[in-house]
Amino acid sequence: MIGKLLSYDPPKSRVLGVVLAIIVLGLALAPFLFPGAAAINTAAKICIFIVLVASYDILIGYTGIVSFAQTMFFGIGGYGVGLSLYFLGPTWPVLALGIVIALILGVALAFVIGLVSLRVKAIFFAMITLAVASAFLILATQLSELTGGEDGRTFRVPELLRPGTKLLEAPLFGLEITGRIAAYYLVFLAALALFLVALRLVNSCFGRVLQAIRENESRAEALGYRVVYYRTLASCLSAALAVCAGVLSAIWLRYTGPETTLSFAIMLDVLLMVVIGGMGTLYGAVIGASLFILAQNYLQKLMGVASAATEGFPLLPRLLHPDRWLLLLGVLFVLSVYFFPTGIVGRLTQRARK
Amino acid sequence: MKKMRQNKKTEGDDMADISAPAAPSAPDAIPKKSLDLLPLALPLVIGLAAWLLIGSTTTWLTLTLAALAMGMMVFVIASGLTLVFGLMDVINFGHGAFIAIGAYLAMTVLAPLSGWVQADNLALNLAALLIAAVVAMIGTGALGLVFERIIIRPVYGQHLKQILITMGGLIVAEQLLHAIFGGDQKSMALPAGLRGAIIIGDLALEKYRLLAVAVGLAVFAAMQLTLNRSRIGLLIRAGVENSEMVEALGYRIRRLFVGVFVAGSALAGLGGVLWALYRETFTASIGGDVMVLVFIVIIIGGLGSVGGCFLGAILVAMMANYTAFLVPKVALASSILLMVAILMWRPQGLYPVAKR
Repeated sequence: MIGKLLSYDPPKSRVLGVVLAIIVLGLALAPFLFPGAAAINTAAKICIFIVLVASYDILIGYTGIVSFAQTMFFGIGGYGVGLSLYFLGPTWPVLALGIVIALILGVALAFVIGLVSLRVKAIFFAMITLAVASAFLILATQLSELTGGEDGRTFRVPELLRPGTKLLEAPLFGLEITGRIAAYYLVFLAALALFLVALRLVNSCFGRVLQAIRENESRAEALGYRVVYYRTLASCLSAALAVCAGVLSAIWLRYTGPETTLSFAIMLDVLLMVVIGGMGTLYGAVIGASLFILAQNYLQKLMGVASAATEGFPLLPRLLHPDRWLLLLGVLFVLSVYFFPTGIVGRLTQRARK
Repeated sequence: MKKMRQNKKTEGDDMADISAPAAPSAPDAIPKKSLDLLPLALPLVIGLAAWLLIGSTTTWLTLTLAALAMGMMVFVIASGLTLVFGLMDVINFGHGAFIAIGAYLAMTVLAPLSGWVQADNLALNLAALLIAAVVAMIGTGALGLVFERIIIRPVYGQHLKQILITMGGLIVAEQLLHAIFGGDQKSMALPAGLRGAIIIGDLALEKYRLLAVAVGLAVFAAMQLTLNRSRIGLLIRAGVENSEMVEALGYRIRRLFVGVFVAGSALAGLGGVLWALYRETFTASIGGDVMVLVFIVIIIGGLGSVGGCFLGAILVAMMANYTAFLVPKVALASSILLMVAILMWRPQGLYPVAKR
């Protein structure tokens, strides 16, 4: 049963299996284990980013092409749902409509980008996605009558998911079961389902072809697989998953704006999560996203302390200023691509094989 | 759109040209590459269409000058990148860092020279700018050497890692600039003699744009001369066509590559100075902003082709300026639409490099 759920691709190392089980259990019981708004927020963010990173890993890890537009699709999901709920009112059918519109838009855009750029060289893809994503970001901030510009849009979600709603009369295990908890479990279960779908996808025949293309493009072509077709399809599927992640994020935050969905900083976060967790294995997405988001919450605080502690030195306090956290992330990123290319999961799997 | 369709019709003839065997009548003659003039008509067509749509000749001329100035600046930045790709198959996403570093270096140099910058003497103004540009170019060139050594050399031939690493390098460089110079917006004033415009009749030609066009043309001419008339240029062109063969003939392609990389970085620094002066205010993210345009330009031109890069830069700048005047809402997407249209017509770019 579990084997079937995991598409017969269980974690290849015992340590990894235990860590993954802890993460999943922790997320499943997060509202009960770690009470408080901040903790549950972090848990929901981890769930959402696991899906986003997994969708990105299908491209970068399994297919071997680099996209810089993953946050664009994330944003399309967020804006699709957010704007529908904002303009048409907080009901479930509107939510469904928003999801459908976002999916269609996202997949169509991915298809066009893929057709234009992947026909020739995979390297075009990286450059063109970068250009399109930055144009989309500017567009989203400029069309302020529609998107709310820089401020984004705050909207209301369906009644069931609102914090004010009480679902149970009595507290369960000392916890008030509000709409917020329901929203968290919606996010958690949806993320779990999407992750399993992604796992199924990469372990299908289609996923094998993608890996063949990554390893040797000409050989895959010679074996009769249309490389363009598979790469474009992979980019569309990955876009669809990213759109779903964006939808979850919008439902959870009840807000959508350029900073939280489209900004380049998020793209960098996703890149880091993929690289730290391990490219080419979806379990890497789980490890990478969990570790990174937990670390990020404390990194800025730590940097503030370090900056204050090095007050007397030249330049050091400025380098360690909390505003410069991207600097540390950038250095970390370069170093991990050099010295740690297979990521945590890759290392653990290697060790298990020995 | 109309012009696209016209161009499509002639594509067939084009292909025939390329595949036709060299004339057998003169066996000793080196087969000459047939000159492909069709893409050259694109800026003329776009210019003409814009002239018809705008309706006013003076406005059109002002816009065209603005487009040329912008195109030249983008070309100066993009040319190094496209050559580096052609020569070693290295795509440097960190190129934008040199743009920003060039701008910051020029700002640092121009600060103590403010007397010269403010002076009511064009020669002194230009001298100050020249010093700033030279310092910026030397600085970015030297940094290019370091960047090549520690960032790019370990990941030769691995595109995926190259993209990731150079992107990381760009972020680190941008953040370092913020840490050193402070994160606020910087401004760099134009020298007194270059402010304002030359007015002929009711036509206003901004002086700085004229200077930018002149610098761009000079760089293009110097580059064409070096590439086509010198021994180094011959080796670079040969390397773009087939680097293994050049190596087999006993030339150190690596050194050649490092040289081109350094020159490209220095040009990006120069471009950064020009661009920052053009915009007058900038932050460390100036590089990232321009890079989007630069990528579109080198894709349009055909990766590895200097001529294509020049043409692409002008095309993108024309589209950007005309659409900003005609339909400001679409201006953002105009260069992307242009790129999509051109890639539909020629999937490898306007002037594809033969090798790959």
